[in-house]
Amino acid sequence: MRPFVEKRRESGAAALHFPPVLTVTNLRKAFGPLVAVNDVSFSVERGQLVGLLGPNGAGKTTTVSMLTGLLEPDRGEVIVAGRRLSGDTDPAKRRIGLVPQDLALYDELTARDNLRFFGALYGLAGAALDAAIHQALALVELADRAGDRVKTYSGGMKRRLNLAAGLLHDPDIVLLDEPTVGVDPQSRNAIFENLETLKRRGKALLYTTHYMEEAERLADRIVVIDRGTVIADDTVAGLKGRAALAGGAPATLEAVFLSLTGRSLRD
Amino acid sequence: MPLTPLVAMIRKDLQLFFSDRRAVIMSFFVPIAIASFFGSIFSGPGSNAEPAKIAVAVIDRDNSDISRGIVAGLEGDRNLRVAKPTEEEAKAQVRRGKTSVAIVIPPGFGDAAGRAFFGDGDKPQLGLAYDPSHGVEFAMVRGILTEYVMQAVSREMFGGAQGRQYVDRMLPQIQSSPRMGEEQKRLLVGLLQSIQGFYNQPANAGQPRGLTMPYGVREEAVTSGNNVAYNGYAHSFAGMGIQFLLFAAANLGIEMLLERQRGMWKRLRSAPVSRMSLLAGKTASGTIIALMTLLVSFGFAMLVFKVRIAGSVAGFFAVSIACAIMAATFGLLVAALGRTPASARGVTTLAVLMMVMLGGAWVPTFIFPAWLQQLTLVVPARWAVDGLDAMTWRGIGIGGAILPTAVLLAFAAAFWAVAVSRFRWEEA
Repeated sequence: MRPFVEKRRESGAAALHFPPVLTVTNLRKAFGPLVAVNDVSFSVERGQLVGLLGPNGAGKTTTVSMLTGLLEPDRGEVIVAGRRLSGDTDPAKRRIGLVPQDLALYDELTARDNLRFFGALYGLAGAALDAAIHQALALVELADRAGDRVKTYSGGMKRRLNLAAGLLHDPDIVLLDEPTVGVDPQSRNAIFENLETLKRRGKALLYTTHYMEEAERLADRIVVIDRGTVIADDTVAGLKGRAALAGGAPATLEAVFLSLTGRSLRD
Repeated sequence: MPLTPLVAMIRKDLQLFFSDRRAVIMSFFVPIAIASFFGSIFSGPGSNAEPAKIAVAVIDRDNSDISRGIVAGLEGDRNLRVAKPTEEEAKAQVRRGKTSVAIVIPPGFGDAAGRAFFGDGDKPQLGLAYDPSHGVEFAMVRGILTEYVMQAVSREMFGGAQGRQYVDRMLPQIQSSPRMGEEQKRLLVGLLQSIQGFYNQPANAGQPRGLTMPYGVREEAVTSGNNVAYNGYAHSFAGMGIQFLLFAAANLGIEMLLERQRGMWKRLRSAPVSRMSLLAGKTASGTIIALMTLLVSFGFAMLVFKVRIAGSVAGFFAVSIACAIMAATFGLLVAALGRTPASARGVTTLAVLMMVMLGGAWVPTFIFPAWLQQLTLVVPARWAVDGLDAMTWRGIGIGGAILPTAVLLAFAAAFWAVAVSRFRWEEA
């Protein structure tokens, strides 16, 4: 078992203690003979964005699926805000927000009706639901289009609404699975600003992406996963430092990533 | 089971259903249009509609009293529409499907038929050219023709000039016949002399001579009550209602597969909602949509075609609700067993069409072979149609609803059990 080092964040003169919102310990998942995830451990603290990087088929999506209860791990555990995640109806799931890679929205419904439905799945109703919808739409700057059907939205607007749907119930940790796929630079930038706002509000964010420049810009820490196991867990600077120590040229995150995972093509 | 997510799922599915114009048209307007069409065809004679007449061509090449009597009988029959083209024209019409049967009365038919009536000489042959695709109509025409031939021949032989001439000619031939025994001669001569004596009596006005049908019929369509005509729309709306509510439910199942493809189930499963709640929500919304489909169809039939729930209203709703639950769980089964939306759509369409065809929604099950009629008992659509028929035009009480309702709910339980056990929950 990989030991966790309790981390501290310096804020001014006082040293504040932030226990991890999400703790993943020794997760394992196999599909028949294929071990997709093996002994994966990491944690995410409040106000921190952790980038989960890895080549195709590395085990990122399987890991995220276990964090949200979509897959049952063969071994290991997921702790959310101090509670072990267990079962479909575990109240701990209310503390997790999922922003899937797919645009999981109903095109024929308005943005407001989409959010009303997703909020109700978390037990929100009445004025609390209305307020949550208002706040989520305001964050992603879609309040003025709330009554429009989603099918009239641009790709970037749908991405922002997809993000809003994951935030509606005010989760402590947000799992973002490639949330900027297929959007223009303006929308991507808007999403980045949304995520930075969420960090400032103390949300813990786990961000899966293939875009190294996004990870470099946003992530406080990077977890690199390959062939189902964690092969690096460090800050961006720390990862670059490792490459420098190994005698390489001043490294980009992409160069570090390729040196860790190799250059062979993955299926 | 928390109510807020359940209600939200039902409301969302209803919103999606009503926002899909194609689904609404398919579920409400198309079944009404098709059921109206089928109802107009199968509404039966009790609806005061003139029955469709069978097109028949008659070519009288004999032109005897007997042949003219046959033609007159056919022309007066309410089930036939008789034309008198040439033989060539008649056969061309049959080949083109414009005429069902062409009847050719050959020369000498009357004379030969008269003799054959008393067993003397060969039986003459009527020519019947018929359209093989109208087999049922051909059988009807044969029956009708037999009646008029027997009437015309017997009338002529027992009261016409041809019959008198025949008896006058036959008496000396019989008495001198070397082939007949004396006792046979005595009896046959006695019979013919009696007929002669009958001819010599003055005819009573209105007293037909010859053979007549020895019975009449008093027809009674057994429906919900005395003098209540069969309303074919009741059956056609039941059949088409079932067909389209199954299509609507199957479409919901395919929508679930599309939702899975779009990643929606990842979002649903990440919420703190149980698997049973998710499936129950889908089943509930499917049931409501299916029930609306059925009730809107029947509502239209009641308003426009005077279909009535002549049996038990409670029984009608019990069967309808059981139909809707069965259909919704069928949709769930589609979602559980389907691999992709495209493949599921093809298989489901075939399954629904087979179910409604075997269930008697298109044609009555009595025309099926006996083994197939037994087989249809394992088709839920059969129980649904029978149950709705029982509560509408058959006018059977609540007791008639119990078995169909129970069987439909049993099908629903089986569909649900298979769907739950085969549903793919894990999303990698």
